[in-house]
Parts: sequence; C-alpha cells; structure tokens
Amino acid sequence: MTELGQIAQKVRSKNAGPFWLTIDIFCGSAEVFERVRKGLRDEEVARLYGVDRQLMKRFDIADLNVVKFSFPRPQVQGTRGDRDMHGAGWACLLEEMRID
Amino acid sequence: MATRVLIPTGALGLGYDREALERGIANRPDIIAVDGGSTDSGPSYLGRGVSKYARSSTKTEWRELMRARAQAGVPLVIGTAGTCGADSAVDWLLDITREIAAEEGMRLKVATLRSGQPAGRIKQAMAAGRIRPLGAAPEISDAILDSCSNIVALAGVEQISAALATGADVVIAGRTTDTAIIAALPIGRGDHPGAAWHGAKVGECGALATTQPNSGVIQIDFDATGFTIEPMAAAAAATPYTVSAHMLYENSDPYILYEPGGHLDVTGSDYRALDGRRVRVEGSKWVPGRYTVKLEGARVVGYQSVGLAVIRDRHYVAHAREWAADIEARVAAKIEARMGLAPGDFAVELRLIGIDATLGTLENRRDLPVEVGVLGILTCPTPEQAAEAAKILNPYLLHHPLTEDEPMPTFAFPFSPAEMQRGALYEFCLNHVMELDDPMEAFRLEVQDVGHEVGHD
Repeated sequence: MTELGQIAQKVRSKNAGPFWLTIDIFCGSAEVFERVRKGLRDEEVARLYGVDRQLMKRFDIADLNVVKFSFPRPQVQGTRGDRDMHGAGWACLLEEMRID
Repeated sequence: MATRVLIPTGALGLGYDREALERGIANRPDIIAVDGGSTDSGPSYLGRGVSKYARSSTKTEWRELMRARAQAGVPLVIGTAGTCGADSAVDWLLDITREIAAEEGMRLKVATLRSGQPAGRIKQAMAAGRIRPLGAAPEISDAILDSCSNIVALAGVEQISAALATGADVVIAGRTTDTAIIAALPIGRGDHPGAAWHGAKVGECGALATTQPNSGVIQIDFDATGFTIEPMAAAAAATPYTVSAHMLYENSDPYILYEPGGHLDVTGSDYRALDGRRVRVEGSKWVPGRYTVKLEGARVVGYQSVGLAVIRDRHYVAHAREWAADIEARVAAKIEARMGLAPGDFAVELRLIGIDATLGTLENRRDLPVEVGVLGILTCPTPEQAAEAAKILNPYLLHHPLTEDEPMPTFAFPFSPAEMQRGALYEFCLNHVMELDDPMEAFRLEVQDVGHEVGHD
C-alpha cells in the first residue's frame, strides 16, 4: 500500500463550471497508470468525496496515462457552504489515498 | 482559407511574455483573440457585474494589445469582458478602450456584443419549454429569475462572426464561450469546423497547453483539415501530450465539449509533433445539434461579516473543534434572543484554518497544527444584521473558555476591529441552456466610432 500522490506525477482538481468538479490523476507512465486504474475503486472514490456513485463519471485514458473523475461539486461553487472557490484543494484527498 | 489566430494570454489581466507577443505580431496573424473571464472566481463578479482584475492592469495590457492590433492591422476581439461578461463589464472595458484611444490618438471602429438577459425573456422561454437543465442544475422559478442581479447567455461563433462582419477593429464581447472568440474567424472562412473548435479549446487558456504555461502567447493555424499550434515564447514547446491533455482541463468530459449549435468530439483526434515545439491535430469532429446557448445567473442570498482570531495555546489547539462548536451554539442562541432572527434566517459558522477549513467533513487527517486560525462567518438577511451578529461573536472569539472552571483565555486578534464586512453573498442559480431560433435574438450588437482624429501630443 502506498499513497497515490507518491506514485503519480500529479493529482489536480478543478471546477468544471460552478456545478461540477473534475479530478485528473496524471500517472506519468503506463506502469503507474495500470496500477492506479486497477487500484482505484469507484465506490471508494465516491465515498471519499461523499458523492453518489451513479453521478460520478470516470475516464481511464491510456493514451495520456490519466485517470479522470468528474462529479457534481460537494458544494456548488460560491454557495455559503463552499470552502474552496476553485476546487483545487479536493485533489489532496485522492493524493493521500492509499492504494495497492 | 487558412486562418492564423494569435492568442496573447489565457485571460486579459494575467500577463504574458512581451517578446513572444512581438514574435506573434511579426508572424502576421489574421486576428488577435483574448479571453476576458470565466466563472472560476465565483458568483460575486457576475452578481455585481464587475471585473476581478485591477483596472490599471487591464488598461496596461489592453493598451499593449490595441497597439499590437494597430501594428498588425487586424481585428482584436475579447470575449467575456471584465471577468463576468455582464453588460456593465462590457461598458467598463469600452470606457477603458475610449481612454486608451484618446491617449494614443487612435481612431477605431468598436463593436460591442452584449449578452445580458432580462429575466422576462428567460421566464417566457421557460414557459415555452425552451429552457433545459444541464447536469446538477439547481431548481429555478420565476421568483429566482426575478431575483438575479445579472443573467447572461454565452455567445458562440455566430454572434462573434456577426460582430466581426461589421468590419470592427475591436470587438468587445460580453459573455461568450471561452472558445467562440478563437473559433469564429476560422469557421467563418470555411476552415474545418472540428479543428476550429478543438484548436479553440486548446488555445483558450493561452500557453497552458504548452511546456511554459506562464508565457501566455500562442499561435494557431487553422485550415481545411486540422490545426497547428505553436507557442510564441522562444523556450516554450507544444507536444502531443501537452496539447491532448488540455482537453482534460476544467472539462468534465475529456472527449466532448458542448457549444452553441452542437458539440465537439475529439475521440478520433490525432496529435502529431511537427518538430520539437509545434503540434498538428487532425480528425476532430464537429457534430451539429439544436441551437442552444448556456445561461448563467447570480443573485444575492444574504450578507456576510467575518471575524478572524488565531489560537496558539496548545490546549485550545487540541480542543479547537469542541470549542468552536460550543461558540457556534451560544452565538446562534444569542442572535435569536437578542436580534429576533429565526433559526433558518441566519447562519453562524466557525471554520478552523489548520484543522479542516478546506475540506470540512471530508477531511480525514487528524494531525494537530501549531496554531489554528478561526474564521467566524456570519450570514444574515441584511448587511446591518450581519455586522451586528459579528459583534455578538466578537467576545467569544477573544475570550471563550473551554470549561467554566479554567482561567479566562485570550486569543490573538490580527485587527481592530476584528470583524470585517464582506457584503453580499451571491449564488450561481442557473446551469441551463436556452433554445434560440435566431442566434442573434438574445444578443445586442452595436458599433461605435471611438477616439480622436488628431494624435496625442
């Protein structure tokens, strides 16, 4: 088990418009991509962000060695409960997640 | 006909490499296109109809681009002027343009494209079944639409093309899609539509799709089969990886991009390095669909005051959560009792910076920091009430003990007064599209002559 952020090149989260969040895991190599692709289970990622798994989109992009998740923002951007206007801080949760 | 688009930066006000801009001008572009905003800084800018960037920075960079335009003798177009693209933001940039033209002795034809929408138009469209929610859209009603301080529709290539067709030297557009200002001329000249939209998406953030994102300036050549991207900074390079990876950026689906009148599909795109710094892309597809424009709206949902204190005492740092929860409950009770507000009408929240201020309940680390910033946020129906509520919070932030039988603590206040008025809290309240029969029916295009006839002395 290791933290995802220690094997991936970069984990980035960002708004995709005010209502969606998108997280890109740049794996950096085909080998790490395979490990991340197999090691990340949808239900665990959904639980990490407290989102409905049915609403979560996942893209395993072999050409780029990227795994991407998109889902409705846990809080809509700029609402009273929103803590992170640009959504960049959410990447840390995946970065620190332990995978096989 | 091949079309060369010069993109100076990802957003006016962000800065760019001056030498790279000069190189771009020397390459004789057909148009200079720059983005002026996005929703990314939050709803307050649209709500107030103002720019997030300093007027002085905007004026400095806009002056340089206006000079570059004069030198190249081609149109300069900006989309989503003034961060939010509301009509007032278009007026703001038009004012700046007039000032610069007068100072530089430039005489210009300026087209403005206004994207502001009266609530009545959206309500009528809703009643006619011509408004459709996008993913995770909030519920809307006539009352919510009426309460918006600004509603804008995102213009596409049709509206930008109409503005360019006036023969304007400068086009100041309100809210547009990020891509439309780049895709408009290539599409108008019959270049490959899939390539036009795809190249525009790659180029909308300036040099972000290259190895030197901060250099800003890129050039994209569009033609009948594809596009070629080249960064203008000498040391920057576009690679098949940096270009293809850009479809990921701020995009919930990395293969599909919805635009007015259809969508871009890059599933079959081929990215090829022409040399160490230029990339050729072919195979992108434009799929025409119904003509819809996306809507954005913002409205006031309350007023806020904030208070800030810092806890350095180790014992209090260790028990910050329970301390904060206790204060929230006590302050809420006092606001009800003393100000007469009902529980649902106001909110008291203490965010603990150093503990979980970024992630809230999603935070799963429990390490103790050296100190904790306590950001007290009070939300009330009026600014006066928010100010009053912050004063009720103040003594707790300064002195609240964890238990009754310990000495009175005092925490660090960075300011006097410790509380600050944040003004209105705005919310985005639309994530919908509106169907149009005529792309221009929801937009207003005007042309004006700007500037002195005599030079500046």
